[in-house]
Amino acid sequence: MGHRRYIGKKIFHALLTIFFVLTFNFFLFRVMPGDPISLLARSERLTPQDIAEQKRLYGLDAPLPEQYLIYLRQTLTGHLGVSLRTGESVSATIWDRLPPTVLLVGLGTLLAAGFGVLIGIRGAWHRGSAFDNSTLLGSLVLYSVPEGWLGMLLLILFAGTLGWFPAGGYSSGTTTGFARVIDIANHLVLPLLTLTLGYIGEYVIIMRSSLLEVMNEDFLLTARAKGVPERLVRRDHAVRNAFLPTFSLLCLSFGFILGGAIVIETVFSWPGLGELTYDAINQLDYPVLQGVFLVSSIAVILANLAADLTYGYLDPRIREA
Amino acid sequence: MSTDVTERPSPPRAPRSPRAIARARRRRAFANSWATYRRNRQGMIGLVVLVIFIAIAIFGPMLIDPAQLDPATATGPLLHPPMAGYPLGTDNFGRSVFLLVIDGTRVSLVVGLCATIGAMVIGATIGIASGYLGGTRTDAVLNAVTNWFLVLPWIVLAIVLASILGRTLQNIIIVIAITSWAGTARLVRAQALSVREHAYTERARALGAGHWHLTTRHILPNVFPVLFANAVLTVALAILAETTLSILGLGDPARISWGGIIEQAFSAGAMTAGYWWWLIPPGIAIVCVTLSFTLCGYALDEVLNPKLRSR
Repeated sequence: MGHRRYIGKKIFHALLTIFFVLTFNFFLFRVMPGDPISLLARSERLTPQDIAEQKRLYGLDAPLPEQYLIYLRQTLTGHLGVSLRTGESVSATIWDRLPPTVLLVGLGTLLAAGFGVLIGIRGAWHRGSAFDNSTLLGSLVLYSVPEGWLGMLLLILFAGTLGWFPAGGYSSGTTTGFARVIDIANHLVLPLLTLTLGYIGEYVIIMRSSLLEVMNEDFLLTARAKGVPERLVRRDHAVRNAFLPTFSLLCLSFGFILGGAIVIETVFSWPGLGELTYDAINQLDYPVLQGVFLVSSIAVILANLAADLTYGYLDPRIREA
Repeated sequence: MSTDVTERPSPPRAPRSPRAIARARRRRAFANSWATYRRNRQGMIGLVVLVIFIAIAIFGPMLIDPAQLDPATATGPLLHPPMAGYPLGTDNFGRSVFLLVIDGTRVSLVVGLCATIGAMVIGATIGIASGYLGGTRTDAVLNAVTNWFLVLPWIVLAIVLASILGRTLQNIIIVIAITSWAGTARLVRAQALSVREHAYTERARALGAGHWHLTTRHILPNVFPVLFANAVLTVALAILAETTLSILGLGDPARISWGGIIEQAFSAGAMTAGYWWWLIPPGIAIVCVTLSFTLCGYALDEVLNPKLRSR
């Protein structure tokens, strides 16, 4: 199979999955107790005019198949309904909440994956050393720690007892320009540390085991026999081959990190998608939950598509499969 | 070999049924695996810790006076740090945190184990079906669904399901099972695909074995070791999932679980007020149990997966 066909196939699969998610999302929220109209009516924020408008927009009086088609059309044009809690558009709300989450999850993933991979490589290369044993044990412990609880402990220690960092939120709200950047960074430290510590263990374990798998391969022996320096054997021969499985597993775990961010954002009152989800759970704000589910599923699907395409580029064998 | 020269003459045996032979072979295989497992120090540490926690889960609640756990009848001082009689302090109802953690062991383990059993049943069924029918359209569809569940942000789905189904223990178990079977299905499918190609499977098919016989008598037993190691690792994830859902307020409010204790401490402002004695013990318990399941799972993987053993 040519590279172009491989790309086409992967994009087709991603689109198919997104369609599947859209459909699932529609029916999931139709099986829940209470139909959409009575949910809208229960909201204290929506006026009768608002409700009539929603009914008209989403065809809520129409039969189910027709509702489904209207839902598809509205969703594809970026209309996700209104929040029962605030009466605001769900897509605008999600759009507002996206930057803090992207900042936290993006930086956290980079830090956890970066340090995790480096530690994993060093551990595997010096298997059984004090460094390997201690980092492996540390990784297993961190892997077993619920990230929300870890965040609470860090909060008590660093925000409460020591008072080094603010106890939550995104910024103090009064600063502008460079001072604001510093302020946000100051608020970011603890949630970022929690996310990084919460996920670094997984990366260490994955990288370590895939490098160990490569280390007995004959081509490393060949490289050493022809006099390649140990440093380059590691970099160009071992790590390069071990990195492929790690890479695909890293991409698979993206959805997990997004999930972990929900708890961490809740603990630190970080005003991203996670906190929005938490509020939506407590207020039974189904349109918001539906929107968050859709957006996070699509984000994960796109991340995996990007991973598949990169993977196909990195490893020509994949394209042939 | 030279050591076999002095082989004892085998005692005359009565003819045995094929079932008895299979049973004896299984017993021998189990004894071998156990001998290998026992040499794995980390696996043994995990196993010992687990046995202790399982004993606590079974006997702990029997030894506790329920009145001590009832917010209405608990007699301790409110929100007191560790003191005589309350080794881990008290919560906002005057309940002993120590007793709460002991009592919560049962719910946390039950959720972890039941959700895992559910996930294994779904994962094994879909994985075996998919692998056995490898290459067909059914396989393609099952595989696509599996891959979809694999990348799905599980927690968002779990949250949506939990808020739709309601906050009972049974629903928490269902939600965790539904969101954690996909990895198992993928693993089992790969294994089933390879078993299907073995000569003995073909032999059975040539002798006229049907789909049911082939999948339950040949593929399932071969998949089982992988499934078992995977199950032990999944329990750890399920316990963490229960904690996450509880912290988000989706746990069963009528039952005491470790995640639930953390959630109550969180809601009562334990972080700003610094009630560390209320927050730390349930978390430590979660870490101990999860870590032990993980260690046992890795050790089992090494014992049951010959490819890993040489490393």
